[in-house]
Amino acid sequence: MTTMSSIITVVRNASAPVRMNDRIGSWIAPAIMLVVLLAAPAVLSDFRIALLGKFLTFAMLALSLNLIWGYAGMLSLGHGVFFGLGGYAMAMYLKLESAGGKLPDFMFWSGLTELPFFWAPFKYAWFAIPMTFIVPAVLAGALGYLVFRSRITGVYFALITQALALIVSILFIGQQAYTGGTNGITNYTTIFGYPLNAPSMQLILYYASVTALTAAYLLCWWLISSRLGRLLVAMRDDENRVRFSGYDPAVLKTLVFSLSAGIAGVAGALFTPQVGIISPTMMGIVPSIEIAIWVAVGGRGVLLGAILGAVVVNGAKSGLSESFPAMWQYFLGLLFIGAVLLFPSGIMGLLRGEGWRKPWWLSREQVRGAISRRLPGAQR
Amino acid sequence: MIGSTNNSASRNGSSPTPDLSKPILSVEGLTVSFDGFTVLNELDLAIGYGEMRFLIGPNGAGKTTLIDVITGKSKPTRGRIIFDGTTDLSRRQEYQLVRLGVGRKFQTPSIFASLTVYQNLEVTLGFRSRITRLLGKPRRGEGDRIMSTLEEVGLQHRAQDIAGGLSHGEKQWLEIGMLLVQEPKLLLLDEPVAGMTRRERDRTGELLQSIGGARSVLVVEHDMDFVRQFAQTVTVLHLGKVLSEGTMEEVQQDPEVIRAYLGNSRSQRPQAGRLNGRREAEHAAPVAAD
Amino acid sequence: MEVWALQLFNGLSLSSILLLIALGLALSFGLMNVINLAHGEFIMIGAYTTYALQQAALSFTGDAQSGITFLIAIPASFVVAGAAGYVVENALIRFLYRRPLDTLLATWGVGLFLQQLARTIFGAPNVQVVAPPWLGTALTVTSDLVLPVKRVFILGLVTACIGGLYFYMYRSSEGRRMRGVMQNREMASSLGVSTRRVDSFTFALGSGLAGVAGCALTLIGPIGPSLGTFYVVDAFIVVILGGLGQVPGTILAALIIGMLNTMLEFGTTAVVGKVLVFAMVILFLQWRPAGLMRAKGR
Repeated sequence: MTTMSSIITVVRNASAPVRMNDRIGSWIAPAIMLVVLLAAPAVLSDFRIALLGKFLTFAMLALSLNLIWGYAGMLSLGHGVFFGLGGYAMAMYLKLESAGGKLPDFMFWSGLTELPFFWAPFKYAWFAIPMTFIVPAVLAGALGYLVFRSRITGVYFALITQALALIVSILFIGQQAYTGGTNGITNYTTIFGYPLNAPSMQLILYYASVTALTAAYLLCWWLISSRLGRLLVAMRDDENRVRFSGYDPAVLKTLVFSLSAGIAGVAGALFTPQVGIISPTMMGIVPSIEIAIWVAVGGRGVLLGAILGAVVVNGAKSGLSESFPAMWQYFLGLLFIGAVLLFPSGIMGLLRGEGWRKPWWLSREQVRGAISRRLPGAQR
Repeated sequence: MIGSTNNSASRNGSSPTPDLSKPILSVEGLTVSFDGFTVLNELDLAIGYGEMRFLIGPNGAGKTTLIDVITGKSKPTRGRIIFDGTTDLSRRQEYQLVRLGVGRKFQTPSIFASLTVYQNLEVTLGFRSRITRLLGKPRRGEGDRIMSTLEEVGLQHRAQDIAGGLSHGEKQWLEIGMLLVQEPKLLLLDEPVAGMTRRERDRTGELLQSIGGARSVLVVEHDMDFVRQFAQTVTVLHLGKVLSEGTMEEVQQDPEVIRAYLGNSRSQRPQAGRLNGRREAEHAAPVAAD
Repeated sequence: MEVWALQLFNGLSLSSILLLIALGLALSFGLMNVINLAHGEFIMIGAYTTYALQQAALSFTGDAQSGITFLIAIPASFVVAGAAGYVVENALIRFLYRRPLDTLLATWGVGLFLQQLARTIFGAPNVQVVAPPWLGTALTVTSDLVLPVKRVFILGLVTACIGGLYFYMYRSSEGRRMRGVMQNREMASSLGVSTRRVDSFTFALGSGLAGVAGCALTLIGPIGPSLGTFYVVDAFIVVILGGLGQVPGTILAALIIGMLNTMLEFGTTAVVGKVLVFAMVILFLQWRPAGLMRAKGR
């Protein structure tokens, strides 16, 4: 046994540089980022802080997608739905509080005379806030279990989640009396009894977003560094081997998909009060697939990458799309292509010195072959 | 969870004291058909505790299908597979069978390419743990167990390397190691030496001999040199039935076997065929097996 | 009775358009294991080709309603959309083989780009293609069952396309090569089939069929830059239900989805109908995970 331990020690020492690099990735860089985020209100204007707060909810959403795509290799094109469901659960609470015991305005306009039964409990914050996690997690769990049980993976899973995004968004548009239809739910005045639009409340919500993002990061980090996290990567590499190693991949995948959806829901819940509206445009096909590009730009399979990507892409969007909306569409289209073809490991890949992929017109051989070997989430 | 004892037969509760004179695996009247085509036809087969059995047969004999059915990948049309005295394997999910103690190695190496060699074993080691245990730190002693298994398959010096970068032969050993660390009662190996160099092949043979005895092993193999060198008992499968069983010498003399391998038209030249170790001919065969 | 006959006909009509769209997806999935998220934009290209031809005819002859222009537009849509598909396959998709999920994202980018291009060229508002007068009439079967000729024409068009595809796949040497590559890429390649060529031609063929669908859609309603996205998700569901790139499975699945959609919409509302169809497909996959048709063999 002593020889055994000495072998282990030797092995650990041999990998010391790698571990140092890991430490920068998983502790030092996030810690610097956290300090910057905490200090930001001292430097930035209220408007910028509100914008950054919104981006942080997007970052949390990207983090949740990265967990299942970057690590477990399941690309969900329906994560906007889970974000939206969390956002709606929060909006129901905010709307009921703002209505002050009366029927919310859009229900009145649609001809309802009393509050639908599933709306009633949302007037309590203690009910609504857990629901922002539970509702999306349960939906993802149910759909995920059925899908994963029948061993649907890869492209099929992506397309089914995309169909989910379409279905849920048209369902919300269609049920105007219960969901506010196309306009969504808006016009909130108070939260927990305090005015929502006061700068101090916006600052509190900003810090709540920073806290939630940090918590989500730590949760994901703990998960992926555990044996369960290795198992997720193992499923990405060879799901069949996992099955023949005595695990039920359907259960593991359902669990992590459900958790990811729950995190996305909490992000949505933080989005609603900061932006002041939630509507079906947040949960359709188009916003759902955009989340994937945030992750791809930041660097899939790296937790920090998702956060960086969400902030960078949305920063560029608010800079470009307001002044040149047409240009932004072209840019976004090219970004999807470029991020996949030229920078498949994203900003984090560039920072780590993995470099950019030689474009195909420079090196045909390299691109044709097994370039995707080290690229998480490229294959099934 | 799992104790560190090597006595794999008496660990998992399903049958506390199995009768070691009876077979660990008993296949009874197994029939498998796909779309009306019968792949296995009323097959009977028994493997004893601690036995190492080699399974050979021409292409289409049903060797891989038999392993598929034992491991739950395919479902039988008729028949039973009794494991460890009491358990009928034929109606269970793959992962449940692994938990019962049936390990399977695939024809092409099937490993986790982006994890390290060490992590590959670490992942498979937790197979009986609850989800909550998977979130915690590895147990004491697990590291030693992983390293000793790696030593057994000769990969201890590669523990921290990414598994995707291993050579073909090393990947095969890694997969065997991933099975061994789970301490299965029955190990099913589908062509473990396919695509190996001669040296790798010999090392694999030694490895198989060292793991035999403690557990039962069923090896499907096309490489007749390898079978002759390392097999004690050989079962020949042909057209979904057991054609012959015995030592390699006995099997080689069996006129039925010679006819099955060479076909009727060439049965006048019984000594010229694949059974006598023309490796070129053997290697042409396994390509279409899966 | 007539009500149901009419529903049946409407279902068939929707099925035929879905089929035309889904076939291209199924072919390239069966061949290259990639799904093209810009497929909807090839429908849009076909539709705008028809519109552009009509505008050109209008400025030359002053006659927008000429049936001949529309008849020319059908092959023209096929060629233009097919050429666009050929370019996309050669410039992008062939670098992404074995990365199907990345292909999804990259082709989505292509789709965004093409949509914006259509907005730049033709403007964001929807435009209307004027159907030739002989397509504007109705076919009276019984006094209660009157079928629009447009829809009958579309059915005929789709049938012709399927027939053409069948002949291409099963009666031409090109088609034989394509099926060869579908069944065993390595083997076909080592027998001297240029898999590259087969890949790009098949992709172009699928895109061309989507273009014809776009041309047909101009008869049904106004067209806009995001025309394709409306139909393409249903087509994805058809491909999933049909099974891995199986042509017969795709035909059956298109029939089922089109019929179910129409019937359930008739019984409930459009939205509830879609939700029910989605739920039924998910439940069906519990029973047959590989879809309606799966490749035979062990």
